[in-house]
Amino acid sequence: MRKLLFALALAALPLPAFAADVTVTIRNFDYSPMDITIPAGTTVEWKNLDGEPHTVASIDGAFRSPALDQGDSYRFTFASPGTFKYICSIHPKMKATITVR
Amino acid sequence: MTDRRDALKCLGVGAGTLFTLSGGVFSAFDLAQAQPVTGTPLFLQISDTHIGFNKEANPDVVGTLNRTIDTVNALPHQPALVLHTGDVTHLSKASEFDSASQLLSRLKAGELHVVPGEHDVTDGPGAEFFARFGKASGNKGYYSFDAQGVHFVALVNVMNFKPNGLGALGPDQLAWLKDDLSGRSASQPIVVFAHMPLWTIYEPWGWGTGEGEEIAALLRRFGSVTVLNGHIHQIVQKVEGNILFHTARSTAYPQPAAGSAPGPGPLLVPPAQLPGMLGVTVAVRGRKNALALSDSTLV
Repeated sequence: MRKLLFALALAALPLPAFAADVTVTIRNFDYSPMDITIPAGTTVEWKNLDGEPHTVASIDGAFRSPALDQGDSYRFTFASPGTFKYICSIHPKMKATITVR
Repeated sequence: MTDRRDALKCLGVGAGTLFTLSGGVFSAFDLAQAQPVTGTPLFLQISDTHIGFNKEANPDVVGTLNRTIDTVNALPHQPALVLHTGDVTHLSKASEFDSASQLLSRLKAGELHVVPGEHDVTDGPGAEFFARFGKASGNKGYYSFDAQGVHFVALVNVMNFKPNGLGALGPDQLAWLKDDLSGRSASQPIVVFAHMPLWTIYEPWGWGTGEGEEIAALLRRFGSVTVLNGHIHQIVQKVEGNILFHTARSTAYPQPAAGSAPGPGPLLVPPAQLPGMLGVTVAVRGRKNALALSDSTLV
């Protein structure tokens, strides 16, 4: 029981930056999750599940993936804090945000 | 949706739209129903060839493009110009551009002019697309030229997206357009071509251009204006005064009608129906009042 409590307490702590890989899936012309908050140093992976290609392109130019065909993925590591709005440059109606703390 | 499919089923690959200059305005016709073509077609509009696409909606986009080219090559008189309204490739890859150029070079029609679609420039400005088609515009992508008395304007609306997802020219290109059109005689026919629709067809899917109203304002004083777009893989038309707005079919795969699906992805249709939903547009400068607008191409 004590062990379990310890594990729960650990889980409640913010994850150390180096371990926190996050996946954003792209399905049906949407990023999911759409808005995420991550610690600096996190690597985010986007994976496209649509039959239509998509990209991940930040508005401020910080990152820009090539066209991702179905099943392709793209990774970017967020080194420093900030708010990164990004779109799919092929379907710019697709919008999402990464907040780095 | 079913009605639309039924209406389009009868058209074959390459069955496209014919434009005639009637009373100063190009009119559109279904090639399958048109009267015999008199005169030399002024241009062919081909769009959304998506070379590199290989999904279920059409595993053979090379094959359907080849069939389209064969149909156009069989016309008794070849168009003087070919306007490609973008999405030449699916993923902006060099190999896709190579393949597309090789295929399109089989067209017997005249000089090829290409504007980029968003699928052609996923690698950003100054990359593959511009290495191949950037020369005419000093790598800007937008430029104009005159042919047979008609002023043609090529615009790029896929590299400066508005926050709402609509296409955009951006301030530099809009200023260039204003300058390009100013001082031009209102009696000169104008043909404007760009990838994304230059008027808002369906905002939730980004089917429009942010500065659409400003662009239309620059064009209104002309007696004959034809605006040609692709992007939505189906024919949609609107007439506003002397301006005819027209989107062409793709040669690769159809897309759903505005709002009829969760998103604007490739539309899956039974293989037998696919050829009827692909095609091109041919413009003919005909005699005055030669023909009238055909309902079959209106969506």
